[in-house]
Amino acid sequence: MSLMSEITLEYKSLDKYYGNRPVLHNLSVALPAGKIIGLLGPNGSGKTTMIKLACGLLTPTHGEVLICGKKPGAETKSVVSYLPERTYLPDWMTVQDALNYFVDFYQDFDYARAVKMLESLQVPAKARIKTLSKGTKEKVQLVLVMSRQAKLYLLDEPIGGVDPAARDYILNTILTNYNEDATVLISTHLIADIERTLDEFIFLQNGQIVSYASTDSLREDMGKSIDTYFREVFRC
Amino acid sequence: MTWQFDSDRPIYAQMSEQIIAGILSGYYKMGEKLPSVREFAVLASVNPNTVQRALFELENIGLIETQRNTGKFVTNDEWRIDMARKQRGESLAAEFLKSMVALGYTCEQTIDLLKKSEKGDESDERNNA
Repeated sequence: MSLMSEITLEYKSLDKYYGNRPVLHNLSVALPAGKIIGLLGPNGSGKTTMIKLACGLLTPTHGEVLICGKKPGAETKSVVSYLPERTYLPDWMTVQDALNYFVDFYQDFDYARAVKMLESLQVPAKARIKTLSKGTKEKVQLVLVMSRQAKLYLLDEPIGGVDPAARDYILNTILTNYNEDATVLISTHLIADIERTLDEFIFLQNGQIVSYASTDSLREDMGKSIDTYFREVFRC
Repeated sequence: MTWQFDSDRPIYAQMSEQIIAGILSGYYKMGEKLPSVREFAVLASVNPNTVQRALFELENIGLIETQRNTGKFVTNDEWRIDMARKQRGESLAAEFLKSMVALGYTCEQTIDLLKKSEKGDESDERNNA
């Protein structure tokens, strides 16, 4: 586990300020390859900031973030597949346009797989993004992101807006499509829905990591679900 | 086969218990090929690493075997399966007896009740009540 090559995403004594306001403080954590990891924490704890730093959308105030040992840049972006909180697909595009757009952009995009997933979710390829419901837009975006053969998937609230049946499908999509050397980092509030699929979890509070452990070892040691543990740690 | 998990116990342990149950009930037959790790993960909606660990436990007790490049198979060794059945039976019996004692039954009364229940007397009692 200490080998550099096995670490996919690493934060090293990282601070991030928005103006004078600290959002992440002295954050250090190394996430191994081949795991599905839950990034869990109350609102405003810094989850999205952590993800955006790994995408290179934000830069650290101090410290650094490394993807497979490299600083975020063109090279890391080719191996990172990012699902933002909000969809960024232009309204005027059809679903088919969006597929073509991803084909153009990413060498690792698996077109056939994306088409198949969209069919099983019954998303019409000819429909314009503008005409889709919020949940359907999210499904399209997730299908696009999961159809890449990336090393690191960063999913910011992937299941927030969709119904429970689609949620199950999406979790299965994540389980079937990530390759075994890849790391999946999922931020969410819906812990109970997702905890069965997680290998590990990170609890983030006020910009600091309060817990990083294996989900099954927490269940073994404490006899508690991650959801229950979360409610205890973050009791308001 | 439907999969059910409590979130407050390790999922891998529950998964291996349920695969054992599947083998004992004949859902997975002796010598039969099991689903792949990936297939199990999707069937049960759990993480592939969890499946790995569950299968590892079963392999340790000799209920399943890995054949190079072809996957995992239920053992052909009847003795192993009988052992697993015996173990499961004993623990279920002990659990059941404990609950009956907690209800105020003696061991003998419990055995009588079981015999009656097998003959179908149980349904008469329900009709009278």
